Amino acid sequence: MTTPDTAPVLTVQDLVVAFKRPDHAVVRAVDGISLDLRPGEILGVVGESGCGKSTVARAVMGLAPITSGSVEFRGTPVRTLGRRSRPAGLRPVQMIFQDSAAALNPRRTVGAQLAEAVRARADEPVAAREREREVAGLLDRVGLPSTAAGRYSHEFSGGQRQRIALARALASRPEVIVADEPISALDASSQAYVAELFMDVCRDASIGLLFISHDLGIVRAISDRVAVMYLGKVVEQGRTADVWNDPQHPYTRALVDAIPVADGAHILPRTLAGEVPDPAAVPSGCPFHPRCPRAIDDCAVIRPVLELKRHTEVACIRVPGGVELSSPPVVRAH
Amino acid sequence: MSALVVEDLQVQIPGPDREPITIVSEIGMRVEPGRILGIAGESGSGKTISSLAVMGLLPRGSRVTGSILLGGTELVGMRESQLRGLRGRRVAMVFQDPLSSLHPMLTIGAQMTDHMRRHLGLNRSDATRKAADLLGRVRLPNPQKLVDVYPHQLSGGMRQRVAIAIALACDPQVLIADEPTTALDVTVQAGILELFDQLRSEIGIATVVITHDLGVLSSIADDMVVFQSGRIVESGPSGELFTAPKHPYTRTMLAALSTVTRDEQSTPERR
Repeated sequence: MTTPDTAPVLTVQDLVVAFKRPDHAVVRAVDGISLDLRPGEILGVVGESGCGKSTVARAVMGLAPITSGSVEFRGTPVRTLGRRSRPAGLRPVQMIFQDSAAALNPRRTVGAQLAEAVRARADEPVAAREREREVAGLLDRVGLPSTAAGRYSHEFSGGQRQRIALARALASRPEVIVADEPISALDASSQAYVAELFMDVCRDASIGLLFISHDLGIVRAISDRVAVMYLGKVVEQGRTADVWNDPQHPYTRALVDAIPVADGAHILPRTLAGEVPDPAAVPSGCPFHPRCPRAIDDCAVIRPVLELKRHTEVACIRVPGGVELSSPPVVRAH
Repeated sequence: MSALVVEDLQVQIPGPDREPITIVSEIGMRVEPGRILGIAGESGSGKTISSLAVMGLLPRGSRVTGSILLGGTELVGMRESQLRGLRGRRVAMVFQDPLSSLHPMLTIGAQMTDHMRRHLGLNRSDATRKAADLLGRVRLPNPQKLVDVYPHQLSGGMRQRVAIAIALACDPQVLIADEPTTALDVTVQAGILELFDQLRSEIGIATVVITHDLGVLSSIADDMVVFQSGRIVESGPSGELFTAPKHPYTRTMLAALSTVTRDEQSTPERR
């Protein structure tokens, strides 16, 4: 568990990422979200396809246009990358992509790719023997034998390739790893193993892990905190156990209720009515109100803001808490 | 009569040095019309290979012994040309990733009717009408318009519904679904599970669902088999299997789930 008073390594403040679609409609894929990540902490970002969670990951890496708001790594602002190379100061922020086959170079051995990452990180030249030892050490940290260094990426399974991608990220001695759906392309049964490896490696090395996934079960198993996104906004965020055991936002509730329970009771999980609306035409008021079982007329008018209610931060006017306290609410830093 | 009866099935596939490797052995299972059989087990336990054997889709050079009775027809020993006539018509399959199982350059209607015209001998307009019917049956909105769209224009859940509609096109007796909801959002998954449940009662199809997700099986499977290392270690009605597992492996698998739940329930007090 992380100590709450450590300063965050990564801070995202009021981030907006807007795109213009070919039909000229403006899509605010990320619409004003704030997150922070502390050393060794695992923050899971969940939500349905198209909610903007991958765009958050890309913006943190400078790969998506930051329209407004800020992303900072230890006080260094992340700017949208253009043609220039990525600033060396951001090297401790590393990304793991969904498609490990595309992320690795098919024509170079695994060892050569890891050695290159070691060379890129070191300020001074590293002797070949030293590099070799470091490569073997990196492979060992992800549970692969040192003989893997002499092989090519296609000789490995999807799970092993994702472990190699993790080893390459570790070569930079990262303080933050952004993992965008790192396990969703993997065979169902290696998913848990790879997710656990990410968790263990990041905890051991005090790396903050931003773990983006649509797999709620895995996120629940490895994250310290969870942010739930819907149509570019965070609708609820808090400690994993709180969000899961007592979800406050009706959307979080719907997600949790949709997870089938293995109790042999033969009960179909509850479905959520309707589809996610077109992100270029976000509903007025609360973006979730057309699908929300608890919506009232006000929900179509009032834009809810994220505020602390009970134990999680929730953006919903139907959830009592914070605002209804008679005495002024205790301000909590987060 | 059972829709599918597998008895004493053994599958060997050629290894790297041409030596046969036994993947599964002594496999026995049975699915009745209007019921869902769940196959559980970890990766490499042989659950997918067993279903590919039923489809006749094993790698070249594989050896299959035992018996696979599909509606009374013995599939083991059948020639490829005969199997081709059955595949898709009497037994059909749905895979994990609907984007890679659909043809990206053909409209939904084209890939559905191609199949029906070949197997059922329908003319173009009858096949198109039937395609729209099937899209409606899998609860897709505006089926008449959907026949003209391409897979990339649909969401993941809609694509999986299309894949199921295609599988149902020739009124198969058995539908095999291999990790059909693993790539989907949990809200979308809930809808697909509901669809399997509806198809079971509406058209009385015998369904086999293969998944590592025990929650999925708990919610839809009538009966279950549990695979471990190429063998079935436990089988029975799913309710019993979840509440009173007999084999140590099934118990371990379920215990792993319940420790997760227990930990989380105790967390609020620790706060």
